[in-house]
Amino acid sequence: MCLAIPMRIVEIDGPNALVEVGGVSRKARIDLLPEVSVGDYVLVHVGMAIARVDADEAERTLSLLREGPYEV
Amino acid sequence: MRYSDEFRDREATLAIARRIASLATGPATIMEVCGTHTMSAARFGLRALMPEGVRLVSGPGCPVCVTAQPDIDSFLSIGDEPDTVLVSFGDMLRVPGSSDSLEGKRAGGAQVRVVYSPLDAVEIAQQTPEKRVVFFAVGFETTIPATAMAVLSAKRSGARNFSVFCAHKTMPRALRALLESGEVRVSGLLCPGHVSTIIGSAAYEFIPDEFGVPCAVAGFEPVDMMAGVESILRQLREGAARVDNAYSRAVPREPNARAMEIIYQVFSPCDAVWRGLGVIPKSGLSLRETYADFDAAILFAQAIARVPEARPSACRCGDVLRGVLAPEECALFGRTCAPENPVGPCMVSSEGACAAAYRYGGA
Repeated sequence: MCLAIPMRIVEIDGPNALVEVGGVSRKARIDLLPEVSVGDYVLVHVGMAIARVDADEAERTLSLLREGPYEV
Repeated sequence: MRYSDEFRDREATLAIARRIASLATGPATIMEVCGTHTMSAARFGLRALMPEGVRLVSGPGCPVCVTAQPDIDSFLSIGDEPDTVLVSFGDMLRVPGSSDSLEGKRAGGAQVRVVYSPLDAVEIAQQTPEKRVVFFAVGFETTIPATAMAVLSAKRSGARNFSVFCAHKTMPRALRALLESGEVRVSGLLCPGHVSTIIGSAAYEFIPDEFGVPCAVAGFEPVDMMAGVESILRQLREGAARVDNAYSRAVPREPNARAMEIIYQVFSPCDAVWRGLGVIPKSGLSLRETYADFDAAILFAQAIARVPEARPSACRCGDVLRGVLAPEECALFGRTCAPENPVGPCMVSSEGACAAAYRYGGA
């Protein structure tokens, strides 16, 4: 039930945003994330954006995986 | 899907699996706290990637599953009152109460609506002012801000026919109760990623500090979960216990201040009954007095008081939720209890441990 989908913000109108993933768009409230802007990815859960996905952190995790030691 | 597909990568998952295999030094029981983790682990076959002796067990993190029988019976009883509309998340529809379910109520003529968001329930109330619209609020910190928003929105818009039957629960208290009971020996906890977006990873620091149990906050894609397991095994190998954040793209250390403000503007902590865990002090939420007009427990107190005491059942969901029983070890599993005819909530919920074990096979 704690499923949340990463969706891209397409439009912002006050506390309401239009978010999109794979061609499907829907409304989401962004009250919890005052700092987000159009183009950001947010995790959407039951109609609310609960977190902004930090692109740098995502990239860092992935590069650690790619470059990280596969042996210990 | 960006931020999903990259973290589902097979090669990356297997690379972490190889690291995990070389890190494991002996038997380890890792509890995945969240029901969404349970489902991911089953769906992506992660249990099969664990080295010999490393076990993933399910914890108390499926909100539908931990909702206590009396709460379900109470909510169902409201549907017998005149002009009521029961509104719920879809996951709750088939969960059996003592003598009925929401689905059964609907078949019997009660008005039952399924929504995606608590905010949709307020819209239903606005569209049907002649009805009393009652939302069954289940879920952890991930979901609670949305319910708080719904109450605030109903108050602001004057939707006085909207109310909430609040069965929300907060996670850290349950983890404390579980660890204090000492019933399950866990070597590490995979902490719930989306609850953590709200409460921050610091909320688990008491676990390594007081119980010496390593923690890792993890997301829900295979790479995320495996990275969490790796971090726990690394801590075990180092003899360390801390909270690692393996979901740093979404989870900060500190709580989301806005979310906390909204939650505690509307709710205050109260004792709550969890299926399987019993009463856990201050692990639930009730509406503050300012919002008493939206509190279904007060508005329908008479109907709720008439609910008979829940009957004991052979269902062992409670033991499954504490991680002391594997789903397959329950005598009902796959015999009298299956997804098409579930006896307990862990078989109903799409992320219940029993449903996951039934659908994808166990360990």
